[in-house]
Amino acid sequence: MKRIIDWMMPEAASTVSSEIDSITYFIFAVSLVFFLIIVISMIHFVIKYQRKGKLEKTSGVDQNHVLEFVWTAIPTVLLVMMFVWGFRVYLDMSIAPKDSIEIKVTGQKWFWTFTYPNGYVSPGELVVPLNKPVKTLISSRDVIHSMYIPAFRIKMDALPNRYTVAWFEATKPGTYPLFCTEYCGTSHSKMLATVKVLPYGEYLQWLDDMANMATGGDPVELGKKIYAKNACNTCHSLDGSTMVGPSWKGIWNASHQMADGTTVKVDENYIRESILNPQAKIRAGFQGVMPSYQGLLKEQEIEGVIAYIKSLEKN
Amino acid sequence: MSTQFHVAHHFTDAEQQRESAKLGMWLFLLTEILLFGGVFVAYAVYRVWNPEMFINAHKALDVSLGTINTAVLIISSLTVALGIREIQLGRAKTSWKYLLVTILLACVFLVIKYFEYAHKFHEGQLPGKFYTYEGIVGTNPHVFFSIYFLLTGIHAFHILIGISLLTWVMIRTMKGHFSSEYYTPVEITGLYWHLVDLIWIFLFPLLYLIG
Amino acid sequence: MSSTNHSNVSYLEDKKGLWNWLTTVDHKKIGLMYLGLILASFLVGGILAMLVRMELISPGEDFYSADTYNRFFTMHGVVMIFLFIIPSIPAALGNFVLPLMVGAKDVAFPRLNLASWYIYVVGLLLAFWALLYGGVDTGWTFYTPYSSEVKGPVAMIGLAVFILGFSSILTGLNFIVTIHKLRLPGITWFNMPLFLWGMYATAIIQILATPVIGITMVLLLFERMSGIGIFDPSMGGDPVLFQHFFWFYSHPAVYIMILPAMAIISELISTFSHKKIFGYKAIAYSSVAIALISFLVWGHHMFTSGQSRFAAMVFSFLTFGVAVPSAIKVFNWLATLYKGSISLETPMLYALSFLFLFTIGGLTGLFLGTLAVDIHLHDTYFVVAHFHYVMFGGTVVAFIGGLHYWWPKMTGKMFNETWGKIGAVLVFLGFNFTFMPQFLAGFRGMPRRYFTYADEFTIFNVLSSLGAFFLGIAFVIVGINLVMSLINGKKAGQNPWHSLSLEWQTQTPPITENFAQDPVITHGPYDYDTQEVNH
Repeated sequence: MKRIIDWMMPEAASTVSSEIDSITYFIFAVSLVFFLIIVISMIHFVIKYQRKGKLEKTSGVDQNHVLEFVWTAIPTVLLVMMFVWGFRVYLDMSIAPKDSIEIKVTGQKWFWTFTYPNGYVSPGELVVPLNKPVKTLISSRDVIHSMYIPAFRIKMDALPNRYTVAWFEATKPGTYPLFCTEYCGTSHSKMLATVKVLPYGEYLQWLDDMANMATGGDPVELGKKIYAKNACNTCHSLDGSTMVGPSWKGIWNASHQMADGTTVKVDENYIRESILNPQAKIRAGFQGVMPSYQGLLKEQEIEGVIAYIKSLEKN
Repeated sequence: MSTQFHVAHHFTDAEQQRESAKLGMWLFLLTEILLFGGVFVAYAVYRVWNPEMFINAHKALDVSLGTINTAVLIISSLTVALGIREIQLGRAKTSWKYLLVTILLACVFLVIKYFEYAHKFHEGQLPGKFYTYEGIVGTNPHVFFSIYFLLTGIHAFHILIGISLLTWVMIRTMKGHFSSEYYTPVEITGLYWHLVDLIWIFLFPLLYLIG
Repeated sequence: MSSTNHSNVSYLEDKKGLWNWLTTVDHKKIGLMYLGLILASFLVGGILAMLVRMELISPGEDFYSADTYNRFFTMHGVVMIFLFIIPSIPAALGNFVLPLMVGAKDVAFPRLNLASWYIYVVGLLLAFWALLYGGVDTGWTFYTPYSSEVKGPVAMIGLAVFILGFSSILTGLNFIVTIHKLRLPGITWFNMPLFLWGMYATAIIQILATPVIGITMVLLLFERMSGIGIFDPSMGGDPVLFQHFFWFYSHPAVYIMILPAMAIISELISTFSHKKIFGYKAIAYSSVAIALISFLVWGHHMFTSGQSRFAAMVFSFLTFGVAVPSAIKVFNWLATLYKGSISLETPMLYALSFLFLFTIGGLTGLFLGTLAVDIHLHDTYFVVAHFHYVMFGGTVVAFIGGLHYWWPKMTGKMFNETWGKIGAVLVFLGFNFTFMPQFLAGFRGMPRRYFTYADEFTIFNVLSSLGAFFLGIAFVIVGINLVMSLINGKKAGQNPWHSLSLEWQTQTPPITENFAQDPVITHGPYDYDTQEVNH
């Protein structure tokens, strides 16, 4: 049975996971017992008391106080146990320890950004230290989203007009998926991120590296990384297929008709403007739904994206 | 006209029919209270969140016009009750006159409401994004006017329905369709009218008199 | 009831012609008119479900875009909930059976009954018009601020929901008054069929909860039209308030859906076990208890919305409070089977199927009522599977069971029993095939309303989609069998299932006035211990 539960639930990688799995195990066992009692007695009665021959009068017994008390009292006791256990663990889950590392989580159509204590903003990837409590302060820039990390068994809505809080303490290094679980429109199912759990030392090192992101290097490679990491890929394809936004394939230097009838050539300035102020010029046939990356991408990173788009034209 | 004539085929007697109609109307009034309840909850929530703005915004409403309208509706409740009493006593000729007075009072209410609305429109004290007035201190004053127009607007819509119902029973009373034995439509229309009145009795202090 | 002065022309033969149907005040004809439109809505909702499952058979875009998918699942929800399930049992079957059960000639307000049908038609046309207009993609829950800013005919759907709610209120109002005032002498509160208790409890919710969804939709309309700032955070409003308003109706609405199903099951189990129902009062009171508690648990849809810990505790606790009366009902039905004389005809197969599926639906609700576990499972496929087990495995199965049960009385024709049984078994198998894998997908963390999904969820989705097609075929068989009975079914007798309930004590199909003369009540509907049944 334990193995069935372990198989049923995703990998358990936070301090509360195992506790929640235990409650799940308990409810599952109770439910299974009741289910079997009900279904087996139903099948048994149906077989044993099947009508044979003509209709005859049947027993008129329609109450039995002892039986009725038992089948009311036993479920009630079990239900109270479920409630109390579930509530206690919920309290543990909802009150973050005082020494938690605070990370701000922002949802917007259709990607997540994470702001670390040192001010570094990473879109699409939440990096957290192992065995340290992390408190996430969650909010949204547009509609309601919800941050869900199955491996940590936590979920909390991201609301546009207030902060909500969730916390966890990762217990296993590795990478885990993060989903949006509040329906938010076209690319709801692609509003994903990864959670990367690193040993504390590596986490600090990573934060440091990110804060002074190495300059130099190949801008095309940087652009390629940004493309994947900043969720550009949820709306822009590389193979020419149309998604929410135009494909990047062969877009460089091409002239396109805009929604307002003007024609624009895709060059450095157009790409730059489209990243920082996406609503300024919208290509005909597309809805202007792209969020602004103002403040999310550094100058160098924008140049990387431009270089990357350029590189796509060549091959 | 015999009493029997008015009993629909599926009722056993007039008493059963009358009681059914009354129970039905009471249940309907219950749904009305819950309908308004939704906006009252919104009122309560936003009042708690913006206490200062609510106090400042309510000053934009004209208390004297509100008071007159309250009096008009209370009197109309009295006249409709008198109309029912007259038909209970079989006096259709005086009954319809009371109903007519009720209808006229309802119209007076709407006319006064019209002047209040016209003033608000002029000042730009409008709901939501149409709000352009600048004289109210506090956060989101347009929310107060959203709630004001919703509550009074839905209420005014009920007054309109009330006027139609009252006109219908008044004409039937004039034509002699009702008697001391059968006056259920007059009675349940009266019930409805009392509810419309009652809701105003709640609206008036909440919107005009808070502070 | 042998000698009678009345003609015994059945209601179907009486006053034929389209115009006579459209202006009828006969509750039986209105019930059939509801039934026709409700089944048409079920077909539309079912086709939308098939389209949804078709796309989900593999990750990525298979047949159509994410936007189309979002419209399909939204319209599936809207059509199934507002046009099909909510009116299904009360407005179609209830309308037909309820006055017969109390021994009345009609409901208390026949013209209001017809009006509620027309109001339903207006709502239905609006909803289908919006569907053809492209549909909306807000999800049937219309959460703000998404719904207040998204393009599409949201206002039209909102208006349709408002109007359909009004129709539902009028039906509930009619039923309460009918049960209170039109019962024949001799039919007391505690010897009337349990179906009536279920309908009564349902009607209480219809009357008390539906106005709130009405005003919520009005507020949403105004939010879209003039940004009134009640729900829209950019105008100073609170989107979570919308959720409170919405669930204040929509949670009780779950019981508008399941209580009538439970009401049917009490009738079926007793009739086909030919045995007095066990725990009459317990079942009756538990219906009312469920109806009342249902108003106090809406917050359990919002455990992850940042509500206070205290609120979460109260809502979780009260949620378990609903589980007790539900469990009591199941045990009472089981005890009714004990020492009965059980006949496994088609309606009974649906009733047993209900017991199996509703038990799973109810038990999986415990996971969701438990706070800590709900945090993990909220808005995943576990929830989707859970409510389909309750709404579909519970309500729809009971509705189809009830439809087969009263079909002879309504149409005067018997359906083919063999095909009926085959249909019942296939629906049962197809249902589990479709929704059982969704529990596993949910446990493993697959969020709902996903157009595409991670590869690890593929197996569950393939199984679920195949199951859905299987289930679709099962319903085609059920449908064909019922339609064929109209064409060449055997003529039904007055009481084919040997029931003691009043609706079977008049001719089949009944005359317009229901009973040739007021029946004299000499026994209760479940007195199988003392009464011989006339055939």
